[in-house]
Amino acid sequence: MLAKRIIACLDVKEGVVVKGTNFIGLKYAGEPAELSKRYASEGADEIVFLDISASEEGRKPNRNWIQLAAEQLNVPFTVGGGISTVDDAREVLSLGADKVAVNTAAINNPRLISDIAEKFGSQCVVVAIDCKREGNGWNVFSYGGSEATGKDAVEWTLECEKLGAGEILATSIERDGTGNGFDCKLTSMLADKLGIPIIASGGAGGEKDFLDAFTKGKADAALAAGIFHYGKLSIVGLKQYLKKNGVEVRA
Amino acid sequence: MIGILDYGMGNIGSVSYALERIGAKSAVVTDAQEIGKCDGLIIPGVGAFAPAMKRLEQLKPSLKEFVASGRPMLGICLGMEVLFDEGTEGGKCAGLGFLEGSVKKLEGAPKLPQVGWNTIEITGESPLFAGVASGEYAYFVHSYACKPKKAGVTIATTEYGERFACAVGGGNVFGVQFHPEKSGAAGERLLRNFARMT
Repeated sequence: MLAKRIIACLDVKEGVVVKGTNFIGLKYAGEPAELSKRYASEGADEIVFLDISASEEGRKPNRNWIQLAAEQLNVPFTVGGGISTVDDAREVLSLGADKVAVNTAAINNPRLISDIAEKFGSQCVVVAIDCKREGNGWNVFSYGGSEATGKDAVEWTLECEKLGAGEILATSIERDGTGNGFDCKLTSMLADKLGIPIIASGGAGGEKDFLDAFTKGKADAALAAGIFHYGKLSIVGLKQYLKKNGVEVRA
Repeated sequence: MIGILDYGMGNIGSVSYALERIGAKSAVVTDAQEIGKCDGLIIPGVGAFAPAMKRLEQLKPSLKEFVASGRPMLGICLGMEVLFDEGTEGGKCAGLGFLEGSVKKLEGAPKLPQVGWNTIEITGESPLFAGVASGEYAYFVHSYACKPKKAGVTIATTEYGERFACAVGGGNVFGVQFHPEKSGAAGERLLRNFARMT
């Protein structure tokens, strides 16, 4: 059976790892290659690097830290932020990334998903969505959570799956950085409707939140950033806790 | 020196970085002459069987010679699959034939490709797994699996829909369906074991 994954996420801005609350108020958290290597050695199953300023500024992710990460990491890693063409994806994959994450660019041009999937396979296409709850549903936002797209999260991710997305990384904008727990309703709803893995993101505050994401939230993976960066929770301890509570994890 | 065969199928960087991390000397090789100089050879690969064999056809004689010389060879993922007699992805296609058997789509799988960490159960004694515990996790990305004709060739299995051979070893020819270069400390251990055979 496939193990549930713990993913350490590094938001990268201008080459350094940053962390904020509700997408604003960014603080320095470390160097990308150094931090990710530490997480990998502590048992992170995967690393996600998101260049959070790339889309806003209309530039491509900086190559230096991707190459460094590829050299140092012995677990798979994903790079997102500013990937808007097949050539962008090719470049990042050829530097050694295992997957690319697309968000705003896929919203603006959904064919980007199928183009990358056809060229490099669905397994390397992660579609990231930033959502805010509205009534019984969730609205999708673009440009780092700043712009409402008018798209419904379920409808949009179903379209992504059809286009060849291999995974959905679902971030709750309201929960992000708050430590109030993952939005389990969002992930369980996506898991019920979609056949591809769902990564829960935004809101991790303690080990119980991860257990909830895998049980109530039906997520295949759970992603966190700040809680790991500031040493509030160790990945080793988290995995022992999950294992003790009947979740299959690599530990 | 371990050669990493670049035949235009997927990213070879990850394998070469992994060998660097464990302190093994390696070089990317592309032709018969370079293959001949290697003490060990890794065939990586991501993609489909038939296009891979099309690209390998020309190198077949030198790869055969390499195996006959007794030097160790390790196929990773698609590189493992092409070691067998025959593939079935997109119609029947002859493989390198260093190991007897065929390659078939995984049956009963909840979802394909299998992407993620799964356990490997070690079923046979092999220097490749020295110091690697049975039940250890490895990182997989694949839809097809090898069906060795001789049971003794299988040295580890994994369950995903069906139980399949995730590692094989016949003489000096080895193959792993998972990616040791992305499988954490256990994967590095395996690569170190391979490097030690050279």
